[in-house]
Amino acid sequence: MTTTSTATAPVIEAIGLRKTFGTHEVLKGLNLGLARGEVVALIGPSGSGKSTFIRCLNRMEHPTGGEIRFRDKPVGESFRDSEAAIGIGTLRRHVGMVFQHFNLFPHKTVLQNVTEGPIVVCKRPRRETEELAKDLLAQVGLSDKHAAFPNHLSGGQKQRVAIARALAMQPDVLLLDEVTSALDPELVGEVLAVIRSLAEAGMTMAIVTHEMAFAAEVASRVLFLDQGVIAEEGSPAEVILNPANPRLQAFVARFKA
Amino acid sequence: MTYTWDFHSVWQYRDLFMWGLWISVVYTVGSIVLGILIGFLTCAMRLSGWRILSFIARVYQEIFRCTPLLVQLLWFYYAFPLLIGASIDNRVAALLTLSLYVGAFYAEIFRGGIVSIDKGQREAAAAIGMSSWQAMHRIILPQALKRMLPSFINQSVIQFKNTSLVSVISVADLAYMAAVVNGQTYRPLESYTFMAVLYIALLLPMTQIADWVEKRLRVSD
Ligand SMILES: Nc1ncnc2c1ncn2[C@@H]1O[C@H](COP(=O)(O)OP(=O)(O)OP(=O)(O)O)[C@@H](O)[C@H]1O
Ligand SMILES: [Mg+2]
Repeated sequence: MTTTSTATAPVIEAIGLRKTFGTHEVLKGLNLGLARGEVVALIGPSGSGKSTFIRCLNRMEHPTGGEIRFRDKPVGESFRDSEAAIGIGTLRRHVGMVFQHFNLFPHKTVLQNVTEGPIVVCKRPRRETEELAKDLLAQVGLSDKHAAFPNHLSGGQKQRVAIARALAMQPDVLLLDEVTSALDPELVGEVLAVIRSLAEAGMTMAIVTHEMAFAAEVASRVLFLDQGVIAEEGSPAEVILNPANPRLQAFVARFKA
Repeated sequence: MTYTWDFHSVWQYRDLFMWGLWISVVYTVGSIVLGILIGFLTCAMRLSGWRILSFIARVYQEIFRCTPLLVQLLWFYYAFPLLIGASIDNRVAALLTLSLYVGAFYAEIFRGGIVSIDKGQREAAAAIGMSSWQAMHRIILPQALKRMLPSFINQSVIQFKNTSLVSVISVADLAYMAAVVNGQTYRPLESYTFMAVLYIALLLPMTQIADWVEKRLRVSD
């Protein structure tokens, strides 16, 4: 398991994060720091703010209060970097995200989906990027699908392409929001296997999931979000296997069944 | 009653018809090109997120979509000059009106195409660090253009037919020339039939292409 010295600053950090939609306060001051190589699982009932929270981490959502820090620097308001702050564009280049509904680019092939980011955003050379993309697609078990278009793939294959697309940016952190929730049950395993191997390889991840057994297995830390606050936080053993908090107990029991 | 067709007398004026047809094509293509620019700008204003810009664009669109083209042509040629205190060339009035008219429709087609793209696409683009401009032209537009193509072609076919209205302000298009030939030959049946045939000859391939494109796009979706 990962041990992190307190001396090293978190790769990404949320401090007193708040988010309000209209009059509805969804996040009520959350704190989370992800150490390098750490895998944090976020669990909690529907509407508790899990998606909103990780979407704030790469600034897909604009926080109404608090701060996001990346590599010990504050993330600013503009797309580009400034003296004092990291730009949102830079943040997103280094913090990958995988979505519940894959969101692959349907007009591009599998290979192009994966190379798009490095080539267009990072201006990497095409040849080199294609080599990297092919390696990544091999890693997720899709070497035979380079030329396929997304709508010819199964859900599990699509999600693995989406993971490869995020990895092609060589991110420091990966955010995964219920990446198996839209999949047929028999396809969940292949995607979880990919995430498991990423965790073993030391990828820093924040994973929103309803797969309790999986969370318990890969996460070094589990956060239980409830009504916009972190209601419980600890090792998988504490949070998932032997929960003390009654609301958490009820929640976990529902998913274990 | 038996009518003796006499296409011969009309055929003598074939150069006039061809010239008229050419003028119709020029106004169609010209107004489509300008209309695309206007439509693009209007669409950008609608989607800019700036209330005032969006409102202005909306007002323009509704004015031009809710008045008949004929009325617009008459207004621009006969009324607008009084407003600005200077006469305006009928050809300029014709091109301007046609362009503004089709631009209002194009803007709606473009906007519809863009907003029909799932917001997950924009998010996925943003998540790999694309700027909103990169997301627009690499991810959103290619998909939106494909989706809007059938309506775009349809509107353009309609535009070709609409161009015939410029004859009412004496622009020498195909419809105008048919009237001229009729005046010379007193052969309305032949003159106007010949004109209709020329329109069909040009528009039939276009509608076929439109159908074909639509079918192909549906298959590839
Ligand atoms: N764009 C938005 N506008 C208004 N309200 C929103 C928006 N996005 C989320 N919310 C609200 O914020 C709350 C938290 O939503 P969020 O999607 O973060 O929950 P979640 O924990 O991810 O739930 P689930 O398990 O269903 O995905 C919900 O009440 C939701 O209705
Ligand atoms: Mg969610």
